[in-house]
Amino acid sequence: MEFFKIRRDIPFMKNALVFNVISLVTFVAAVFFLFSRGLHLSVEFTGGTVMEVTYSQPADIEGVRRTVAGLGYADVQVQNFGTARDVLIRLPAQKGVSSAQQSDRTVAALKATDPNVTLRRVEFVGPQVGEELVSNGLKALAMVVAGIMIYLAVRFEWKFAVAAIVANLHDVIIILGFFAYFQWEFSLAVLAAVLAVLGYSVNESVVIFDRIRENFRRYRKMSTVETIDNAITSTISRTIITHGSTQIMVLSMLLFGGATLHYFALALTIGILFGIYSSVFVAAAIAMWLGIKREDLVKASSKREGDPNDPNAGATV
Amino acid sequence: MNRYPLWKYAILLVALLIGVLYTLPNFFGEDPAVQVSAARSTVRIDASTRTRIEQSLAQAGIKPLSVIQEGTSIKVRLDSTDTQLKAKDAIQRALAPDPNDAGYVVALNLLSKTPSWMASVNARPMYLGLDLRGGVHFMLQVDMKAALTKRAESLAGDLRSVLREKNIRHAGIERNAQTVLVRFRDPAALTAARAVLADQFPDLLVAESADGDATLVTATIKPEAGRRVQDQALKQNMVTLHNRINELGVAEPVIQQQGVDRIVVQLPGVQDTSRAKDILGRTATLEVRMVDESTEGRAAEAGTGPVPFGDERYLDREGRSVVVRKQVLLTGENLTDAQAGFDNQTQEPAVHLTLDAKGARIFRDVTRDNVGKRMAILLFEKGKGEVVTAPVIRSEIGGGRVQISGRMNTVEANDTALLLRAGSLAAPMEIIEEMTIGPSLGAENIAKGFHSVAWGFAAIVAFMAVYYMLFGLFSGVALAVNLLLLVAILSMLQATLTLPGMAAMALALGMAIDSNVLINERVREELRNGASPQAAINTGYDRAWATILDSNVTTLIAGVALLAFGSGPVRGFAVVHCIGILTSMFSAVFFSRGLVNLWYGRQKKLKSVSIGTVWRPDADGAITKAE
Repeated sequence: MEFFKIRRDIPFMKNALVFNVISLVTFVAAVFFLFSRGLHLSVEFTGGTVMEVTYSQPADIEGVRRTVAGLGYADVQVQNFGTARDVLIRLPAQKGVSSAQQSDRTVAALKATDPNVTLRRVEFVGPQVGEELVSNGLKALAMVVAGIMIYLAVRFEWKFAVAAIVANLHDVIIILGFFAYFQWEFSLAVLAAVLAVLGYSVNESVVIFDRIRENFRRYRKMSTVETIDNAITSTISRTIITHGSTQIMVLSMLLFGGATLHYFALALTIGILFGIYSSVFVAAAIAMWLGIKREDLVKASSKREGDPNDPNAGATV
Repeated sequence: MNRYPLWKYAILLVALLIGVLYTLPNFFGEDPAVQVSAARSTVRIDASTRTRIEQSLAQAGIKPLSVIQEGTSIKVRLDSTDTQLKAKDAIQRALAPDPNDAGYVVALNLLSKTPSWMASVNARPMYLGLDLRGGVHFMLQVDMKAALTKRAESLAGDLRSVLREKNIRHAGIERNAQTVLVRFRDPAALTAARAVLADQFPDLLVAESADGDATLVTATIKPEAGRRVQDQALKQNMVTLHNRINELGVAEPVIQQQGVDRIVVQLPGVQDTSRAKDILGRTATLEVRMVDESTEGRAAEAGTGPVPFGDERYLDREGRSVVVRKQVLLTGENLTDAQAGFDNQTQEPAVHLTLDAKGARIFRDVTRDNVGKRMAILLFEKGKGEVVTAPVIRSEIGGGRVQISGRMNTVEANDTALLLRAGSLAAPMEIIEEMTIGPSLGAENIAKGFHSVAWGFAAIVAFMAVYYMLFGLFSGVALAVNLLLLVAILSMLQATLTLPGMAAMALALGMAIDSNVLINERVREELRNGASPQAAINTGYDRAWATILDSNVTTLIAGVALLAFGSGPVRGFAVVHCIGILTSMFSAVFFSRGLVNLWYGRQKKLKSVSIGTVWRPDADGAITKAE
């Protein structure tokens, strides 16, 4: 079987401007929604109490909301979680009342209306933990960005490093934009997914850059644009199949993983789809505009010419 | 060119065998069990305990599968959850008949069915995280400021008594937040005090300043001494938590330090969560102080006067106010035991306290000097103090055995003893994170995680086999080996598996297939460009390797960042993510190459390889058809 029967190199770079304008528009939209709507942060970040209760029959969400609001909470969220019988209740942190008292009181109130309710999970996070998580999350992001840039700059060249990071940070912003627009819950697991996606879609750029470098060495007469087009064309089948395979796994999580893994898998899905797009079209184009040249790479790796493992050793035209 | 030397195959085989050995324990399942351990350090678990357990089981007509002693606990393995409950009751009746004063913790537990020879090479199943087995998780923050304040208070007390002993006259000692302030009017006394401070109070950093006609000596706790105080406070709180949890009867509680001022408590399998919260949430500290019996003190107690300088006013359980001195005579640190009982003469309910040597000495001195006066035992919960009891000292009490009686019924005596016994915390703690997961949710999470991995894996392998034929199958086998090694390493490390960890496992597999796709595409490309099959395999693997390395390093950077800055669930995710990347490099490159070499390497005149359609633009057809 072969999905990709491509006769000639596809002129990706001719349309680079179009792709980047699309990217820019999506990016700006994502930033706009991030600021206008903000992220719907989970209780891990904001502090507060989350309770998961289950009923023997499909739950009356409105009734639950009324009961909990009757306890005097100003900002209560009640929603279904997974099935119609499971209900998720979010309570804001209250001064002077421990989470144990909060959840006990809530369960008692719910039991009074329907004795068939059972408590499945309680999660309480103090406000100071949330602040720490935000700062640690940002530190982790900074470390990933710096680490990847340094590695790419050493292994390739700074222009590639900049191109890859710009392209992939734009993925991250777009994922966050989706979460802001749809007001999906942004939890710690989603944060992990976002960072994992960052590492993963840089892969994509690396594979293409690798090819560009190889082509620079192999085809001395090709122009930079042709080289890039050829590199993308020859790796596109691998890109699609790899991402397809990863997406199969993520889809399986989306289908079987239940409500807990739902947003995690969703973040990965968006990340994978935009990851292909940005590393293929955006990263390569930015690298082109930054003016990558054959000399940058071939000279940089001239020491490796004698490397016995280099398949191109001695291959001069 | 596509042959591995024998030693490479040997490495593959050994890795595979080790992988199987360490993965297997996860599949044996678990037997219900009852675990008996000591609730107090004075209680010993030995062969006689074991005999008692065996006898009690025999009396109840229960035949255990085995009774083993492991370290400081005895584990009784049983065949069903029904007999498990019966056995627990029987053992509890025999060993710990009084729930208020149990010498032993009798808890329900699960024991892995792993054969003992496997366990002897440390092949044990992974721990399941709370989200997979149900239980309670708490994160507690220790109030270090309070610990330092308390230390400063006790240093101020020490200083006061040393100055008195040496007859050094001062114009007042007080504690202000974490500093001790002493005023001297007499220069000679100041010189003497300097010597005392340098000599006996190495923990204090002393500064002097003029204050009117006197000299103000400001003593602060040195940073390193402060750190030591904080460290000790944390350790003591952990010990106290241990004691409290023992009263709950949890088989494998986890009590860990996190950072400098936090403690994580995990109680797997606990179902009665409200009781756990109740007992843990009793974040109390204990202090013994003198009641101010001066006229001003009494006036303040009666509400007719202001609280005198150096005193504080607290309420007792009935809401009567008691005015006590700020100086702390004893803390819970000096208390080794507290038991409810009865007074020998009056038969009134009483609480019997046992103090350590230092506590006993202080107590003797205090009681000798204060016969007929009242002393107060205060309990602090979240910064709020309450007088537990304020008995009158009837005579000098030496030897460290103290009895508190009067105005108490049996229940109150029991409560007081429990509170005192459960130890006191060196510094107050507050729950800043809490999670309760019901047992059914845990089982569901396991099933969800398992199904995600299994179906995703099956779909990927099916796709690879269809698209790349035999090479795809090899990739599938390599992926299975990857999973095997990943689970084996996690079991070897005795890592705790959580739901995010299982998600990371699924994701690791989804990403690991990338390496094989790279290789297979590269081999196809070489074939398309007209290379011979053997050469195509060789160059395909070689060229793909550089790319695989690069892309895995970037993924690893993200994983390490998550590991460094993540906490809780993110950490679990990151550990699996990072290990998954490492095992994928081994299995996808080294192992799959081994398979390919084994299959094709020996054929000198290899005409075609089964890697699916190799499409050529010029011929518009396949040069290598699928077999």
